[in-house]
Amino acid sequence: MKMSKTLSTSLIAAGLLAGVAADAFAQAKEQFIGLPSYRVGAYAAGGSGVFGGWIDYMTLINERDGGIGGVKLTWEECETEYNNARGVECYERLKKKGSTGNSVFQPVSTGITYSVLDKVAQDKIPMVTIGYGRTDAVDGRVFPWVFPMITTYWSQATTMVKFIGSKEGGMEKLKGKKVVYLYHDSAFGKEGLGVIEKQAQKFGFTMVPLAVAHPGNEQQSQWLKIRQEKPDWVILWGWGVMNPTALKAAAKTGFPREKMVGVWWSGAEEDTVPAGDAAKGFIAAGFNVAGQNYPVVKAIQDNVYKKNKGNMEDKSRIGSVYYNRGVVHGIITVEAIRTAQAKFGAKPLSGDEMRWGFEHLSIDAKRLKELGAEGFMPDLKITCADHEGSGKVKYQQWDGKQWKVISDWIDADRDMVRPMIEESAAKYAKEKNITPRDCSKEG
Amino acid sequence: MQFFLEVLIGGLLSGVMYSFVALGFVLIYKASGVFNFAQGAMVFAAALTFVGFQELGAPFWLALLLAFAVMVVLGVLTERIVLRPLVNQPPITLFMATIGLTYVIEGLAQGTWGATVRGLELGIQDEPVQWLMEATDIGVSKFDLFGAGIAALLVTLLALFFQYTRVGRALRAVADDHQAALSIGIPLQTIWRIVWAVAGFVALVAGLIWGARNGVSFSLTFTALKALPVLILGGFTSIPGAIVGGLIIGSTEKLAEVYLGQYVGGGIDSWFPYVMALAFLLIRPEGLFGEKHIDRV
Repeated sequence: MKMSKTLSTSLIAAGLLAGVAADAFAQAKEQFIGLPSYRVGAYAAGGSGVFGGWIDYMTLINERDGGIGGVKLTWEECETEYNNARGVECYERLKKKGSTGNSVFQPVSTGITYSVLDKVAQDKIPMVTIGYGRTDAVDGRVFPWVFPMITTYWSQATTMVKFIGSKEGGMEKLKGKKVVYLYHDSAFGKEGLGVIEKQAQKFGFTMVPLAVAHPGNEQQSQWLKIRQEKPDWVILWGWGVMNPTALKAAAKTGFPREKMVGVWWSGAEEDTVPAGDAAKGFIAAGFNVAGQNYPVVKAIQDNVYKKNKGNMEDKSRIGSVYYNRGVVHGIITVEAIRTAQAKFGAKPLSGDEMRWGFEHLSIDAKRLKELGAEGFMPDLKITCADHEGSGKVKYQQWDGKQWKVISDWIDADRDMVRPMIEESAAKYAKEKNITPRDCSKEG
Repeated sequence: MQFFLEVLIGGLLSGVMYSFVALGFVLIYKASGVFNFAQGAMVFAAALTFVGFQELGAPFWLALLLAFAVMVVLGVLTERIVLRPLVNQPPITLFMATIGLTYVIEGLAQGTWGATVRGLELGIQDEPVQWLMEATDIGVSKFDLFGAGIAALLVTLLALFFQYTRVGRALRAVADDHQAALSIGIPLQTIWRIVWAVAGFVALVAGLIWGARNGVSFSLTFTALKALPVLILGGFTSIPGAIVGGLIIGSTEKLAEVYLGQYVGGGIDSWFPYVMALAFLLIRPEGLFGEKHIDRV
């Protein structure tokens, strides 16, 4: 009796120990990603799409592939409401989570990016800012922890002029033309101003800047001026309600929407649907395209939504511009983990190891095809000195119901942009007393 | 001259749009002395509720009725849960309570109907009146004229309501002196419920007009920012003041943006109305039509 009691106790103890060990093992095979999302407040429409798509892609990797190299992805959302103070709070709250701490921070907000710029370097957590943030952080020699990937505002501005040039029948035809730069009166809105000005000098067109005060729900004066100026094209560097308001005002003043080119924060369904018929013909830039007919989106529907594990409440938004942008965030994150695992082994990675993964990330055309993302996003190759890696942009046109791709990937004028980036980064390095890295010595 | 007139007319019509939101503030301030910070959130919630019911299949008039019913319930609940426990508290306490109310309304609206941006069609095209355009080359939007017509109707209805109905007279009595109104048997709580319901209706009308113009999104809450200088200028207690204030603010901000904006980098129409309102405060602190407040020493 005593023997059997001892045996039972031993078995229970062994079982408990095994359980704890298994838990610890399972925990050790998880890669934690902190998500500073915004699903309520002024920018919830965009935030819910981006973070929904991103989470769906990570769920796909877990469900279909069992994680990356056997390491499951785990995540936790922290609501920022697109507010800088809350963003910093979320950064602090998330950084110690998971077995190796938060391995990457992607705020999807330029304001939060600036707020934690110094912190990420101290905490050794890479910060990825896809299509927003600080443009000169492309210079990885000065900003080793920041990755403004795929394409920056400056690159985009050069592709806009290239696109307009192509529509006019060649860059030489831009001479004598007039382009209005209608921008959100903020740091974001002014971001493209310098590059467009330089291009105006280079190609001989006139650029007329017109500021719109935040939030941009009243633009009558600006559009009366546009009617007076009679421009050939209008570049819309808008955000939020400024976009549908501009489209409606353009319709009211009779300016053709086919001659309006928007920044990628003007080119989502959330910008065109509220404008109704007034949005028809409007063109916008994008580093990802809209649509459900891509294998990667179909894979999410088959492996995630059919199992009722999807993140989007409104399933009609799957394939929207913001949703697909979230999928791009997911692809970049997952591919960086794969890259880092190839060097450090299939285990949960620290921020430092993840940084290496991002800095050596290469997604070529072949890999894009394997991922089911051919034509969905551009190929890219990150290096120590170049944290942008691509600079390519596609243009889409709103046909009244959906976005239709109307261009191939257009390369940025990197010869023009790179010296500007280096000059600005060098200035920052001097201010902050940073010695730029020698990339020839980086492994 | 033609361009000046176009800017001026456009500004006047924009000003009417600001007046819609200002009216909601005036109604509540007039009856309860509360500056309702949540008015912008009410505009957003009302429009979102309207399109939400439409998405569920309700036809226009039913959606309008249901949205109005929701705003009435919201008004009644606000009186019961937020205002009644704070009776006799200093105005700043009531003001702070409406700040909290703002976040509750915004969260409830987005939580119930979702955060997606929606379009709203009232069947009036936002395009210039063609014959006027051909005759004078001045573009005046059909939609803006429609908005001005609705504003005129709304102000007439409110004026008649305040002047000729029992409830309206009771409202004015409460606005003049809470204690005196209570002493002659006017039920303060009922009056507050009614005024919040009427403010809810005004918010619904403002939400529909602004929503049809720019889409139904969170940014509708920002319309309140446009109403503040209108209130300072027109007076917090005057319905005609809200309209006249709107016309002055709308026209001057547009003229300033067009003729002065270029010298200071543009985008001045966000702050210029506030500068104007501040300057006006120095000359007439109670606003154009506001009641002069005299205290006995």
